[in-house]
Amino acid sequence: MMLPLLDTAHMLAGGLVLVSFMMLYQDRLSALINLLALHALVLSLAVAWQAWIQNAPELIITAATALGFKAIAIPVALQRMIKRLGIHREIEPVVGISATMLAGIGLVALALVVMLRTTASAAPLAREDIALALSVILLGMLIMVTRRNAVSQVAGFMSLENGLVLAATGAQGMPLVVEISVAFSILIAFIVIGIFLFRIRERFDTVEVQALDQFRGERR
Amino acid sequence: MIAALLALIGALLVLGLAAVAMRRSPLATKLVYGGALVLTLALFALAAVALASLGAGAREAALPLGLPWLGVHFRLDALAAFFLAVIDLAAAAASLYALGYGAHEPEPGRVLPFFPVFLAAMNLVVLAADAYGFLFSWELMSLASWALVLAQHREAENVAAGTLYLLMASFGTLALLLGFGFLAGPGGDYSFAAIAARRPEGWVGALVLALALLGAGSKAGLVPLHVWLPRAHPAAPSHVSALMSGAMTKVAVYAFIRIVFQLAGPPAWWWGLVVLALGGASTVLGVLHALMETDIKRLLAYSTIENIGLIFASLGLALAFRADAMGAAAALAMTAALFHAFNHMLFKSTLFFGAGAVLTATGTRALDRLGGLIHRMPSLAVPVLGACLAIAALPPFNGFASEWLTFQAILLSPDLPQWGLKLAVPATGTLLALGAALAAACFVRFYGLAFLGRPRSPEAAAAVETDRASLAAIWGLAVPCVLAGLFPGAVIDAIAPAVQASVDARMPVQTGLPWLTIIPVAASRSSYNGILIFLFITASALTVAAAVHRFASRAARRYRAWDCGFGDVGIAAQYSAASFAQPIRRAFGSTIFRATDVVEMPPPGATAPARIRQSRIDPVWDGLYAPLVGFVWLLADRLNFLQFLSIRRFMSFVFLALVFLLLVLAVWH
Amino acid sequence: MALIRAIAIQGLEMALVLALAPLLTGFVRKLKARLQRRAGPPLLQPYRDLRRLLGKEVVLADNASWLFRSAPYLIFATTWVAAALVPTFGAGLMFSWSGDLIVITALLGSARFFLALAGLDAGTSFGGIGASREVMIASLGEPALIMIVFTLALVAGSSQLSNVALFMLSASAGLRVSLALALFGLVIVALAENARIPVDNPATHLELTMVHEAMVLEYSGRHLAMIELAAFVQLLLYVSLIACVFAPFLLAPVHASAADYALGIAAYVGKLAAGGALLAGFETATAKMRVFRLPNLLGAALMLGLLATLLLFVSRTL
Repeated sequence: MMLPLLDTAHMLAGGLVLVSFMMLYQDRLSALINLLALHALVLSLAVAWQAWIQNAPELIITAATALGFKAIAIPVALQRMIKRLGIHREIEPVVGISATMLAGIGLVALALVVMLRTTASAAPLAREDIALALSVILLGMLIMVTRRNAVSQVAGFMSLENGLVLAATGAQGMPLVVEISVAFSILIAFIVIGIFLFRIRERFDTVEVQALDQFRGERR
Repeated sequence: MIAALLALIGALLVLGLAAVAMRRSPLATKLVYGGALVLTLALFALAAVALASLGAGAREAALPLGLPWLGVHFRLDALAAFFLAVIDLAAAAASLYALGYGAHEPEPGRVLPFFPVFLAAMNLVVLAADAYGFLFSWELMSLASWALVLAQHREAENVAAGTLYLLMASFGTLALLLGFGFLAGPGGDYSFAAIAARRPEGWVGALVLALALLGAGSKAGLVPLHVWLPRAHPAAPSHVSALMSGAMTKVAVYAFIRIVFQLAGPPAWWWGLVVLALGGASTVLGVLHALMETDIKRLLAYSTIENIGLIFASLGLALAFRADAMGAAAALAMTAALFHAFNHMLFKSTLFFGAGAVLTATGTRALDRLGGLIHRMPSLAVPVLGACLAIAALPPFNGFASEWLTFQAILLSPDLPQWGLKLAVPATGTLLALGAALAAACFVRFYGLAFLGRPRSPEAAAAVETDRASLAAIWGLAVPCVLAGLFPGAVIDAIAPAVQASVDARMPVQTGLPWLTIIPVAASRSSYNGILIFLFITASALTVAAAVHRFASRAARRYRAWDCGFGDVGIAAQYSAASFAQPIRRAFGSTIFRATDVVEMPPPGATAPARIRQSRIDPVWDGLYAPLVGFVWLLADRLNFLQFLSIRRFMSFVFLALVFLLLVLAVWH
Repeated sequence: MALIRAIAIQGLEMALVLALAPLLTGFVRKLKARLQRRAGPPLLQPYRDLRRLLGKEVVLADNASWLFRSAPYLIFATTWVAAALVPTFGAGLMFSWSGDLIVITALLGSARFFLALAGLDAGTSFGGIGASREVMIASLGEPALIMIVFTLALVAGSSQLSNVALFMLSASAGLRVSLALALFGLVIVALAENARIPVDNPATHLELTMVHEAMVLEYSGRHLAMIELAAFVQLLLYVSLIACVFAPFLLAPVHASAADYALGIAAYVGKLAAGGALLAGFETATAKMRVFRLPNLLGAALMLGLLATLLLFVSRTL
């Protein structure tokens, strides 16, 4: 009876990896933000599922936060932001999409190998969940480093944070306080980045972070 | 039996000498190729009988040749018999083909003496049972083929290709020489039996693997040692190109199997990993190059690199399975490798023969000057189409059967315990699948541009059918392509002794299964029935065609091509070789080959033509060989002063070298 | 007796595939039109098109060779044989063991090979455009499909599609991350191979966008009918493939009773309708992609296939 429960948990974690991949491949801003919302939605489902199978009602709060903030509030805010900033064109990735995808595959393989090899004695549920969570984190970082646009870097950052939450819930017992403080720090970071974006935009007429490098006198 | 084989090989060598004597005679071409045909057919028959009858046994012989106290040992086991059969079938077909094709040779004196020697040398390599005989035959094979590459030596390109080939061949032989040195150890018994009995351990085995990859890999055209192959193979006359691609690369595969599987001792698990990675890289790089090539013979040579990659990937799988004591799986992978080696000989020789026939009929090897040959050379177009389908790994042809076996072997590999292999095998599987799909694209392009469409040059429009001997050779290899695809079970059983000899295990017996199905592992896992698929397709196609013609309509009218209403805009508006490859070039080329297109569009009113310039680089050449060449030049510059020293200084160098060696000896003991 | 029954059931399956294929296409067209608030052609229009085309005289291009004339029948036959290997309403049919999933993939590859050659045969520019784009799409789509096949074969322990379907039907299949990835990749491949939006637009003759239509531009009369029918069968094949692996319920098992088969056929028709409806909805909601963005989409499918296989190689439970 235990098996289908674990399968569903894996499924949702795998879904998170899949959405991360879709974000990696997506090259239009608004679609990227929609995917970010989907990412958070899958995360809240995964967390809620964990709440149920672990009998941990406090995780429901985490799931609800994920749903409310990350799946609805922040994407809506981001969408309005890009509308106000007037950026709706395609994102220019630093390296080609195919190379990025290959790198993504490599990172997932790395995450799986590291996690499954080092934690051979742990319970299978936690092992594979954490391996997938690590993949999500690494993919989030990859999104951040392969995009020039500040908004898409925010999206990468948010997906990275989702991976952290997934890892925390999969590990059975991250205290709620920690969870809430993480959520708050994300919120603060989000606000800071948002203000920052408008400041860049005011000064440089673009949100390409490349402009900052040029301003500092560096070549890209 | 082995005495008869050796006698026939000796006759081939004599034929080579005789060719020197009668090179002025007008009959020389017919006599030499006719003689080679008879001798290689006899060799093939003997090898086939040996493969069927030897089982686990072997025949041995020693000749008092070569170094006085060593002699030369020969041994015929099932593995050698299989490769002899492959080589001599290709050789017989090439001789038959050359009976017609050789008449167009401008300087037959530069081909005739070397051709039988080349054939004899390939046979000798496979039969040799000691390092001395092996290396001697190997070098003879290299030199004879080098001479054949230089047959048309007036073209500067061919001379450059020949020089590069000679360099790479010497390098390969050197690697093999060192490899045998390590294998024989300080004892210095160079017979294979003694080496196999020593069973080298640890780093010696790994070193031998590396040297075998360098030596055999450079001859087979494994990336990154492939650079000479697409230049040298097409430079030779077409029947020799066919032999170099179809047979000589198989000799290299044989050398790799013999050294790594039998002589280098028990494999470590990562050996398979290395071989898999090289095989996968060769598959994709080879076929991508082939897709962008516009010279038909060079295209075929690049495709050889792809197929060699596929064979080596299967060998890598077999090594990995063997290291983990998974006998049945190793046998499956080895069967796939040998089966594909056989298949590649069949279809690549057919295609090179076809390319040679096209070359004599039109005088050009450029895809952009061909077209419409299906109308002008109908008897050639059919077998070449068959070979294209086979090389594109489409059912029910033989290329598909061997590729299917490789995929089945990959499906067995999650059981491998090592993490490196768990990651590398699926990645290699992706590369092989990509290679197969790209090969299909490549041969749609090859056949579609050369044989279909409208002729792109007056020469192509005036082409006439090739001669009967050539056609007989082409059909003679194309028909087995179909047969081996329809009855893969028979081929699998025929090569089972060779598989047994190399990995000490074999696949389940296939003949006798109902409906001639092949079942590599278990009926519940997978099965394939080539003949049934073929019958189904033929039956449904014929039934439907008959029904449509009977009950619907059979009227047909010829008219100008519709072309979306544009009417006839001229032959130049057809898709060209470059434009056909453009989408794939854009999808893959920009990252791997740094392919660039520069369009020069003159301003309105200017009379200059618009131009598009395309360029691509070989990443291996630029990344590995160019720095190496630069280093050699630098070294040569720096050492230049050595040429202008006084005799006293030269003497002092010799003296210092002697003292140094004595010192080494003193320290060593 | 058992042999005759088995052959009859196999024959029934092949006939059913042939009969339903135009209907599926007609259904998708109709539904799409309704979703776009058009009346759309009648449901049975594809049958009428086929009948009319079959009755018409063939107009061959001056340069067309025997390959051009025989290709339609070969393309149709290979596609049909491939479709016969896919379990539609029942598993373990008479000849299901004569080829596995890899063979099905390769058979579709053969059909594509001939189609691309036929596109080049007349010596026109449009045929070349179509053929070169088709092989570009296939060069990524086919390996993606092979990787998905690997995933299915590793999960089910068999590459025979019948056995895969029976395994999925059994309780031990469960939910797996790799299967989810495989489904996602398979849908992309199916859209690409059947020339659907966002890869190709089946309803256009605009030269800059078309792939499949450009290749068959020179075909007319009965030849065009065969090509069209092959395309219908191929769409049905992919829907059946997805259905029998990811929604295998009510699939009649080996040696089933007549009632089981009847139920299986009813369920199969229902699955086809559901698949067609999903396709129509998706096509209405999506825009066509630029040709040179396709490698990214198909590359994603290939990567998903590789990832799914990789998961199975490293962990038996994923």
